[in-house]
Amino acid sequence: METSNNHYFSDMGIMLGRSMRHILRSMDTIMTVTITPIAMMLLFVYVFGGAIQTGTDNYVNYLLPGILLMAISSGIAYTSYRLFLDMQRGIFERFHSMPIARSAPLWGHVLTSLVSNAISTLVIILVALVMGFRSSAGILSWLAVAAILVLFTLALTWVAVIAGLSATSIDGATAFSYPLIFLPFISSAFVPTESMPPVVRAFAENQPVTSIVNAIRALLSSQPVGNDIWIALAWCVGIMLVAYVFAMRAYKNRA
Amino acid sequence: MLNNSIQVQGLQKSYKNLPVLQGVDFDVKKGSVFALLGSNGAGKTTIVKILTTLLKQDGGTATVNGFDVAVKPDDVRRSISLTGQFAAVDEILTGRENLIMIARLRHLKDPNHVADELLNRFSLTEAADRAVATYSGGMRRRLDIAMSLVGKPQVIFLDEPTTGLDPEGRIEVWKIVKELANNGTTVFLTTQYLEEAEQLADQIAILHEGKIIANGTLADLKKMFPPAKVEYVEKQPTLEEIFLAIIGKKEMK
Repeated sequence: METSNNHYFSDMGIMLGRSMRHILRSMDTIMTVTITPIAMMLLFVYVFGGAIQTGTDNYVNYLLPGILLMAISSGIAYTSYRLFLDMQRGIFERFHSMPIARSAPLWGHVLTSLVSNAISTLVIILVALVMGFRSSAGILSWLAVAAILVLFTLALTWVAVIAGLSATSIDGATAFSYPLIFLPFISSAFVPTESMPPVVRAFAENQPVTSIVNAIRALLSSQPVGNDIWIALAWCVGIMLVAYVFAMRAYKNRA
Repeated sequence: MLNNSIQVQGLQKSYKNLPVLQGVDFDVKKGSVFALLGSNGAGKTTIVKILTTLLKQDGGTATVNGFDVAVKPDDVRRSISLTGQFAAVDEILTGRENLIMIARLRHLKDPNHVADELLNRFSLTEAADRAVATYSGGMRRRLDIAMSLVGKPQVIFLDEPTTGLDPEGRIEVWKIVKELANNGTTVFLTTQYLEEAEQLADQIAILHEGKIIANGTLADLKKMFPPAKVEYVEKQPTLEEIFLAIIGKKEMK
């Protein structure tokens, strides 16, 4: 149905610029997606860190992957929030009655999620460097880490799109992200899973965050990544594909 | 030559099993102001959504600017613009940024110039660089309509443009619609206010229970009723007239 459009990418760029302005003008968004994870990192390293036995001498190194996942999980809640508001306030109707590709406004939001999460990830890594984070990883390992984080962001972004499009209230649009933000706590992100009681440990070791955290941690410390990276990729790609299908269906029906 | 900007024949639409439109027919002449009247829930917005390619009809045909809405939605979108029931403006951006965004999405040559011109025309120059969230209802509606005029579309849809506005805001919108009509733009307007249709429209259609039950000029519609009786009634000013007189606005006819 959608005819090809020479301006597809420039239109998407305009949409990206629009939602990036929304982020930069919202102190609340910046606080939640960047400052809160940094505060968590400070808290865990300088308050709890001394009591946590991880078997590594540098707890910032141990902690960073989990903090990045938490930041992304809270970041995508805002994608859902922005999408919901666009639907409510009728600006999507304006876009859809204009000669631009029907999917451009949606992809604008997805792209915004990628760009804004990339920025907050970079800021957090810079702060971690100041706090003593060091990595022996080469350029290829860093690229692999980036790829995993991009896939993780995309997977959760499409979940956020479903929530934003199908919610009936603003709270509903963002509520789905709370368990996601909490998930790193019951994983290997903060403490080794070996220290947990059996049932919790079984859950922790088989949920996506643990394999993703382990894969990133191994890549950053030049350790062998083993199976974790494949399990991590399978989770990300799997969630992304399923969520994409449902998100597109919701977009066709609702928007 | 194309004489009708909009042609609608046998239009049908149901939501689930609830029929909303049951064979709607009407034409809108090029360059005229057409008002669609109806009570809440009569299906006015459904017609607007079908004509602006947001919704597909179940049956019947509709053409806008010569293009079938179901077959050539892209050509339709190039010819129209929609001002929906709720102001479709970006609250976080400034008025100027809103206009520039739409101008860029319509791929106009000089978005800044287009924005300046419209800001000036709609008396928004002073507020141009403030976030829209700080605008009053009337200003927001003016910006909303200004955004619809970017790129000079031939047919403009205004879905209940004055609902929720104060009397001043309403008169401003009426002025804009009259200007548009004078410049040859076709205006399709829905409203629940009879006075609004009377003030603005060249042609008025009444939508009731899924069908157009009356369609014509104001004079045509008046003829459908028995000839006027002459009665002497003391005419009190309406509260609206009093309000407008006090605040010194006498732009109404």
